[in-house]
Amino acid sequence: MINIFEVEETNKMIERENLDVRTITLGISLHDCISDDLNKLCDNIFNKITTVAKDLVKTGEEISTELGVPIVNKRISVTPIGLIGAAACKSTDDFVKIALTLDKAAKAVGVNFIGGYTALAAKGMTKAEEMLIRSIPKALASTERIMSSVVLGSTRTGLNMDGVRLMGDIIKETAEATKDNDSIGCTKLVVLCNAPDDNPFMAGAFHGVTETDSIINVGVSGPGVVKHVLQSVHGESFEVLCETIKKTAFKVTRVGQLVAKEASERLGIPFGIVDLSLAPTPAIGDSVADILCEMGLEQTGAPGTTAALALLNDQVKKGGVMASSYVGGLSGAFIPVSEDQGMIDAVEAGALTIEKLEAMTCVCSVGLDMIAIPGDTPNTTISGIIADELAIGMINQKTTAVRIIPVIGKGVGDNVEFGGLLGYAPIMPVNKFGCADFVNRGGRIPAPIHSFKN
Amino acid sequence: MKKTIITVVGHDAVGIIAKVCTYLADNGINILDISQTIVQGWFNMMMITDFSKATKPFGDIAEELEKLGEDIGVQIKCQSEDIFSAMHRI
Repeated sequence: MINIFEVEETNKMIERENLDVRTITLGISLHDCISDDLNKLCDNIFNKITTVAKDLVKTGEEISTELGVPIVNKRISVTPIGLIGAAACKSTDDFVKIALTLDKAAKAVGVNFIGGYTALAAKGMTKAEEMLIRSIPKALASTERIMSSVVLGSTRTGLNMDGVRLMGDIIKETAEATKDNDSIGCTKLVVLCNAPDDNPFMAGAFHGVTETDSIINVGVSGPGVVKHVLQSVHGESFEVLCETIKKTAFKVTRVGQLVAKEASERLGIPFGIVDLSLAPTPAIGDSVADILCEMGLEQTGAPGTTAALALLNDQVKKGGVMASSYVGGLSGAFIPVSEDQGMIDAVEAGALTIEKLEAMTCVCSVGLDMIAIPGDTPNTTISGIIADELAIGMINQKTTAVRIIPVIGKGVGDNVEFGGLLGYAPIMPVNKFGCADFVNRGGRIPAPIHSFKN
Repeated sequence: MKKTIITVVGHDAVGIIAKVCTYLADNGINILDISQTIVQGWFNMMMITDFSKATKPFGDIAEELEKLGEDIGVQIKCQSEDIFSAMHRI
């Protein structure tokens, strides 16, 4: 039988170490909504989402009350709109109309974000997908809860460099379109390589074409828990360090598995995966950077950071994988800058640069995340940053992503405040040397040699 | 039977157990096990209970117990046993 010490340990994690379930994300297929009549399509989308997801928020809150653990976000991901809107949309404004419909549906069912305003263009863009991409600045400026993602590469297909070049422009246009609000539109836009179909975390969540009609995916969190438990093994060997992380990751993931199972049963929707991620928040102590410091780094970004992060990421997976019947999504440690107080401190101390963050993305999920850069950064430089990051994903057969915010009207030395879970960030300097002639070549980078496995 | 764990934490005082038990009895909740310690003046109690004949929905009981806790100066939490079993049992 459960004893008082076990109960105490769990409740300490919840009350003092920010243990929570970060998100229950309900994936909904919109394939059966497709019509060549835009109004009909929008009606179908609204009706399907508000029917399938009608009890999502209430059920999430009930489970949270019964287990006594916060379930921070209840969200929806849908089939990439680049596919769903292809028959009906004749212009970028037609796509914006779908975005407004998704926003309205999200508000109707009470979820805080809906992901899937997405183009799957790893190898090439259809006309519809290009239109969707070009509609992103207006779509994000005229909605509140839409999250947008663009897949521009994979290990199997290589990199779509036409898309990479275009996204340099689109990210800047999105920043311009939301400049009155610190270019916040760019916090809802991510470019991906090797994007998973079952990711519950925003901004990159979409309901992949390989998925069933509807599915429950759960993302757990718990950097604060890992940090606290590591304090108890301060100065011990790597063996002890790794074992401790693994055991903690197991416990944290079990909570996610339980919540996923309960949500699946109560909603009558199949369980998909648990995403084993350490997702930080701006709350003090809920930081991946703090874990790295607890391991022995003076600041995140110091030599040793990549090794520490590699170790952390691997142990989280090893501990978590046995705790859940299906794991998937991104699964690893997130290293967003603005959403992690320890990362912000490291940037302000001059310890952490974009180049070091890029190196860190080679060993963890996901990529350059929530990084604010000067608003006057050239579009082609943004494309170059994206190309570098996607190349890391392509060659290393892992998911990588770029969510970068050129803050219009601000430069190095300024701060930007996004609010809530998105946090705040110091503007980081970007390498001043150009890459325009490289990104303007056009075409695609071929798939790497190790993709030919047949 | 789904068991529910009730934890009571706070400054020790006269009548904490009595008040909590009275509330549980009034609402049809059976107590299966109680363990209790006092560490440096802090009262720490865990009850394993059966809610199957409870006269109110879980959410209402959790809320009323929390309020009862505020009245007597302790924190009372009410959670399904499932979360603890999931974390601490393979």
